[in-house]
Amino acid sequence: MHIIVCIKQVPDSAQIRVHPVTNTIMRQGVPTIINPYDLFALEAALALRDKLGGEVTVLTMGPPSAEDSLRKALTFGADRAVLLTDRFFAGADTLATTYALATAIRKINDVYGAADIVFTGKQTIDGDTAQVGPGIAKRLGLLQLTYVSKVGSLDLTARTIDVERRSEGGVQVLRTRLPCLVTMLEASNEIRRGTMADALRAARAEVVKWSAQDAGVEDISKCGLRGSPTIVKRVFAPPARAERASMVEFGQEPPADALIKAIFARQPKLEADLAELARGY
Amino acid sequence: MSEVGKTPTPAGRAGTKKELPEHFKAYKHVWVFIEQERGQVHPVSWELMGAGRKLADKLKVDLAAVVIGPNAEVTTQTAAESFRYGADLAYVVADDILSDYRNESYTKALTDVVNTYKPEILLLGATTLGRDLAGSVATTLLTGLTADCTELDVDTDGSLAATRPTFGGSLLCTIYTLNYRPQMATVRPRVMSMPEPVERPVGRIVFHPLGLVEDDIVTKVLSFMPDRDSAKSNLAYADVVVAGGLGLGSPENFQLVRQLAAVLGADYGCSRPLVQKGWAPADRQIGQTGKTIRPKLYIAAGISGAIQHRVGVEGADMIVAINTDKNAPIFDFAHVGIVTDAIRLLPALTEAFRARLSPHSRDRMAS
Repeated sequence: MHIIVCIKQVPDSAQIRVHPVTNTIMRQGVPTIINPYDLFALEAALALRDKLGGEVTVLTMGPPSAEDSLRKALTFGADRAVLLTDRFFAGADTLATTYALATAIRKINDVYGAADIVFTGKQTIDGDTAQVGPGIAKRLGLLQLTYVSKVGSLDLTARTIDVERRSEGGVQVLRTRLPCLVTMLEASNEIRRGTMADALRAARAEVVKWSAQDAGVEDISKCGLRGSPTIVKRVFAPPARAERASMVEFGQEPPADALIKAIFARQPKLEADLAELARGY
Repeated sequence: MSEVGKTPTPAGRAGTKKELPEHFKAYKHVWVFIEQERGQVHPVSWELMGAGRKLADKLKVDLAAVVIGPNAEVTTQTAAESFRYGADLAYVVADDILSDYRNESYTKALTDVVNTYKPEILLLGATTLGRDLAGSVATTLLTGLTADCTELDVDTDGSLAATRPTFGGSLLCTIYTLNYRPQMATVRPRVMSMPEPVERPVGRIVFHPLGLVEDDIVTKVLSFMPDRDSAKSNLAYADVVVAGGLGLGSPENFQLVRQLAAVLGADYGCSRPLVQKGWAPADRQIGQTGKTIRPKLYIAAGISGAIQHRVGVEGADMIVAINTDKNAPIFDFAHVGIVTDAIRLLPALTEAFRARLSPHSRDRMAS
């Protein structure tokens, strides 16, 4: 079987800094990582391949430096990596992103064999939209399984897949047909340590690089900034509250007592509410 | 995201004049998708009705609820209830095929109603259901969708101004959908306040057919396993919340947060780094990528207060911050702050609250 995993290279958000004067993001020197949610997608794909045979292709769209993330994915055991990179893709919102990725997936299907499953993470840590997976599915006419916590049985003859999907009040057990798109939930598995053989292979492997034209994009106006129905009108730091926190000075008093006194002084009604809650508990 | 270079940047296009194509000018009114799963309306839907009402009033248009569900009383009841939360009318797609949420059938239902009745704004809850559905519907309609908004407003020219955190929650941005309709947005539970329901007569309900039979739908629901009550965290809707951050220093110290929460009858949570480090499970995370809370009292212990955390807690009536760094950003939006080590203060605070709130608790503990 052939599985495609879409990954994204993202800034390690723990290390993002905002310029104090211009309020712009300071990207210089911020290390990049594979979007952590995508690792659950990659592991799910690798596990299926190990069990049922076949190949895993990882795909990303991004600047040339996104090759690092693809090479990392190869060290975990992916068989092939495709980098979609073109300045026409810059500034894409989710709709324009799914146009580019869906086009590239069609091309991968043509060149390397039709994918049975496309995996993505449930969302990225920089955009946080969770829209790209569903958008790709819709554009390619794939059946869509989001927030999957467990991939169950997969029947390649009947071409069906069973999954457990997180919903608001519980877990849905769903059966659908291949080809489909699955977005994986966090903590659904743990990414393997790549083998030494994989690391050596990854170091030598050639990452396939496609421009918009190579990928078969027919309408460049649907890509990047031009192809995005949404525009960012304003980026700003949130306004500070009028007053800062009133700080509790405790001196000789035990700090816990001083703090509780300050809380109830500010909102006397709270004490009765808390007493009731504590009793109920 | 675009990098600054020779190519045009979003800022360069922000001045773009809005010229709505002729065929989109018929799109009017504000809609809220009412999320109903297995007979339960998700509270986020009513929260959105409150936000939608304000947008509709500003635009001087109607607010409509869209209810999709089985052909049963529960669906029409939900539609009737939407009027108590401010709806002027309701669109209903009722078919037994829609008993369980499935992407294929719900996407068809919602897309059809949008194409038939043409709203200018469509709001959905950013839940597992709402995000699954919104992405499919927006892509089908080829329109813009802004996820996880923290603020919704109408611009002077009538455009939806949707504000959300960006860059991993370090900044906010306001996003417009210029030349496409409807303008779609999702909002997470508890970000908007719950409006007070008012007794109002049930208004006009428009029924729309689904136009599908079960055989048209590939995906089948084999079973549904409801969450055990004990496993369910009600963090988003808790009245009192205690949370810990990196200032706790070690995973073992997270129990200090849980102990204080237990004494207060509170729920407990954490900041994002604790989940990333594996000190606490993901469903306990508070902030932009976790839960949004609006408790009466929120105690943040050893949390620095990054923007992505701030947007998740700003709705709290009272925020109490404990941090060793007097310059921590959390003191910019907390109401009461104390500069001290949370690891030492938490056990003392637990004991002090125990003594103050329930003088007999020691006896109970002993028995």
